[in-house]
Amino acid sequence: MSAEGHDHGQDHEHEHHHKDTFITKYIFSIDHKMIAKQYLLTGIIMGVIGVGMSMLFRMQLAWPEESFKIFNILLGDKWAPNGVMANDIYLSLVTIHGTIMVFFVLTAGLSGTFSNLLIPLQIGARDMASGFMNMISYWLFFLSSVIMVCSLFIESGPANAGWTIYPPLSALPQAISGSGLGMTLWLVSMAIFIASSLMGSLNYVVTVINLRTKGMSMTRLPLTIWAFFVTAIIGIVSFPVLLSAALLLIFDRSFGTSFFLSDIYIAGEVLHYQGGSPVLFEHLFWFLGHPEVYIVILPALGITSEIIATNSRKPIFGYRAMIMSIIAIAFLSTIVWGHHMFISGMNPFLGSVFTFTTLLIAIPSAVKAFNYITTLWKGNLQMNPAMLFSIGLVSTFITGGLTGIILGDSTLDINVHDTYFVVAHFHLVMGISALYGMFAGVYHWYPKMFGRMLNKNLGYVHFWVTAICAYGVFFPMHFIGLAGLPRRYYTNTNFPLFDDLQNVNVLITTFALIGGAFQLVFLYNFFVSIFYGKKAVQNPWKSNTLEWTTPVEHIHGNWPGEIPHVHRWPYDYSNPAHEEDFVPQTVPMKEGEVVLHH
Amino acid sequence: MTSLLVIIVLVLLAVAVWQLTKIFDLTQVASTSDNSQIATDDDNNVQGYLMFGFLAFIYIFTIYGVYTWGPLVLHTPASDHGALIDNLMNITWVLIFTVQAITQVLLHYFAFKYRGNKDKRALYFADNNKLEAIWSVIPAVVLAGLILYGLYAWTNIMFIDEDDDTVVVELYAQQFKWTARYAGGDNVLGKANVRLIEGVNTLGVDLSDPYAQDDIVVSELHIPKGKKVHFKMRSQDVLHSAYFPYFRAQMNCVPGMVTEFAFTPIYTTAEYQAMPFMIEKVANINAIRAKKSLELVAKGETGLDPYTFDYLLLCNKICGASHYNMQMKVIVDTPEDYKKWLSDKATLVSEVKASKAEPAAPDTTSGKDSTLAKDTAAVAKIAMK
Repeated sequence: MSAEGHDHGQDHEHEHHHKDTFITKYIFSIDHKMIAKQYLLTGIIMGVIGVGMSMLFRMQLAWPEESFKIFNILLGDKWAPNGVMANDIYLSLVTIHGTIMVFFVLTAGLSGTFSNLLIPLQIGARDMASGFMNMISYWLFFLSSVIMVCSLFIESGPANAGWTIYPPLSALPQAISGSGLGMTLWLVSMAIFIASSLMGSLNYVVTVINLRTKGMSMTRLPLTIWAFFVTAIIGIVSFPVLLSAALLLIFDRSFGTSFFLSDIYIAGEVLHYQGGSPVLFEHLFWFLGHPEVYIVILPALGITSEIIATNSRKPIFGYRAMIMSIIAIAFLSTIVWGHHMFISGMNPFLGSVFTFTTLLIAIPSAVKAFNYITTLWKGNLQMNPAMLFSIGLVSTFITGGLTGIILGDSTLDINVHDTYFVVAHFHLVMGISALYGMFAGVYHWYPKMFGRMLNKNLGYVHFWVTAICAYGVFFPMHFIGLAGLPRRYYTNTNFPLFDDLQNVNVLITTFALIGGAFQLVFLYNFFVSIFYGKKAVQNPWKSNTLEWTTPVEHIHGNWPGEIPHVHRWPYDYSNPAHEEDFVPQTVPMKEGEVVLHH
Repeated sequence: MTSLLVIIVLVLLAVAVWQLTKIFDLTQVASTSDNSQIATDDDNNVQGYLMFGFLAFIYIFTIYGVYTWGPLVLHTPASDHGALIDNLMNITWVLIFTVQAITQVLLHYFAFKYRGNKDKRALYFADNNKLEAIWSVIPAVVLAGLILYGLYAWTNIMFIDEDDDTVVVELYAQQFKWTARYAGGDNVLGKANVRLIEGVNTLGVDLSDPYAQDDIVVSELHIPKGKKVHFKMRSQDVLHSAYFPYFRAQMNCVPGMVTEFAFTPIYTTAEYQAMPFMIEKVANINAIRAKKSLELVAKGETGLDPYTFDYLLLCNKICGASHYNMQMKVIVDTPEDYKKWLSDKATLVSEVKASKAEPAAPDTTSGKDSTLAKDTAAVAKIAMK
């Protein structure tokens, strides 16, 4: 009933909204499809900056303190005199790379793009519950991106206390150059980002709960929607905690409070702070920070579920188990944050508890991985670029996830904590995997976004070079971590002990530079295809879900007529009761057709 | 020069992309008319084989990696509890490699085996509760084992029995240096607070505390073999992390609180240096350094010193611009050498006295003590505020 009532309202509104000016259509748009594109474009620009930074600091790590003209050009005379990278800016690059990739690319760029694009289209809604709030959400994200980018150009340099901004380092300008104005801008940018993220998440949750079309029960939702829905809930639960941590840190920095600071003697004087604890900040930070990992990876897994099923021409294996595992992962993700803090000085008993909860996450994760593999089994795999990236995601998710068993075990964490082993682990399991999910999504839904196809051969080149380089970068990195090499060192030359790791670092950087350069292939494909790509047909991948029942040309309200009704689950691929190997959700059940899944 | 290089690289890159797309184009000769940008059977075929090739790449790369870089990995722990950690680590590695080997084979082999074909139809296989149960229960059981072993080890390592016969040492962290304070004969550290930092007393030790009277402050850490060393850690400015990779020990140093870690070294520095693997490692490093030295000398710079192994304490929590160079040499002595080394060191109290005596020249000891007491009282008042 409610869905239908809404339907009329939207149709009514729809009639009065035909005259779009350039500004309402492309800039302050309240159409979810346009907002999705805005998110994607902003995410790609931030991605170029974030990945570019990693190229620079990888060069410094492979050839420490050598002179490169490119450093001088990009970083300027202050930070790279004679082309030699300064140690402050090295830490800034590492810090901002982490911040941009985690929040701006893999949270906003990934979740923002695909939640906005797919939630209304796949559940059968005219738009988000609140189009206006959706627009505000994007523009706050844009504003926070601008502030973050601006912080790169200030006199004292951008924040450089690591993306985890642990105080006191991040609180005291005396401690490091970036903790002055740079950190202020970082905090302001993140506070705005969180506001944006919360508005987005609330919208996603409300839309999924209220605006599903007739027949679209929760157990007929595509797994993408389940993933976005649960991700939004995690975001609503955990992002406010980071906001409060950021606010308290702002208080400590600017108003002299002592939430996180105590007994500090720096630059020859005792500071007034008394009674605070940096460990408190670590708890607050990781209360978001760990769920954040799942905020990043769950949408990627949702996208993968959809793409693997479609391109295998098979139902996703264990649909209900997949939903259960998403929910289980989401729940567990909020009670494992302490595994980032085993050696922070917190009570070791707490460490035992967090080891227990952390290792439990391996169970739903294993279920997901096995279900993906079983979905491929006896499939009829259509090797589109999106499919390759999805298979690649499962591969890196397994490789990276397995080393989590080491890091989640407090005993083993003692010796690998904060080494390159950690860097290798999380880049594979959430960095590369989520990027693959994002790429897969772009290749798959590009026809829906732009009405044109991406060039598949460029897609193949992009995937294979990226796949080899991703392993080439992060696989050797495990070894240098196990050799005891700490992360966030500007150079290792002060430790002759690590001299024998240098050629590994050169290899890693070589792979990184090649892999980074080949992302240009994607950018070229992406931007050229917007204008010159082959025109897309309505349902190029022969998919079951509702978004492919909308016209190729975008219209307000998504469907020209009535919103289609849903009669079946989204994974009826190669159903023996039907001639075609796909049965869209809109096709009514045949007489006597039995539901073949649980 | 560099810009020329960059241009060359970019040109080569463009050529490479062009070549690769050409190859994929050629594989589609059969269906030249198809320009839908959707995978054809030929694409499925080629990509399927590439998937299989990628499996080979992962395997070869893994074996190559273990063979080439495996020896770089830390082994032969130099502490008592290290064997426990390494044992758990090895068990975990066996598990990881097994699961990795099996799942990657299945994933990529299926991607190859079931590559699409117009004439085929996929199997409609949506659900199987038995399978789901198998791969929920097996990981659960295996993980339960790992968790139990892990918790047993963790409890053993982290909970320090205060009654044990230990050597108590304070590790004091500041940007960008480590200092150590020995508890002396009473084996109890005197109280300390950064508000008491003054002159030679860089650690802010409360000199009026009776326990502080025999405390000794040094900048090189010596510890005795075979005896449990109980480290109490402090930081005066930002977070640091005391990381002893060879002893499998690490703990953050947090301003405003004291953190702890205890371990028993089992090899003296000399014994560890003499181990065959270490001799080989050092020779390897020195060969690398010798080569680099030649290059440096050719450029007119000074060469590098040859390397000898020493245990190190590293900072492993980003602590500022020079984080990358915050280290302290750690020497494990025989108990006799350790005792001798420590007995040669002056106590902090005597050093403070000496330093006060120097500039201010003759003054009665008692007078000085009283001024100090006054200072302390004043500081305490500030602290109260």
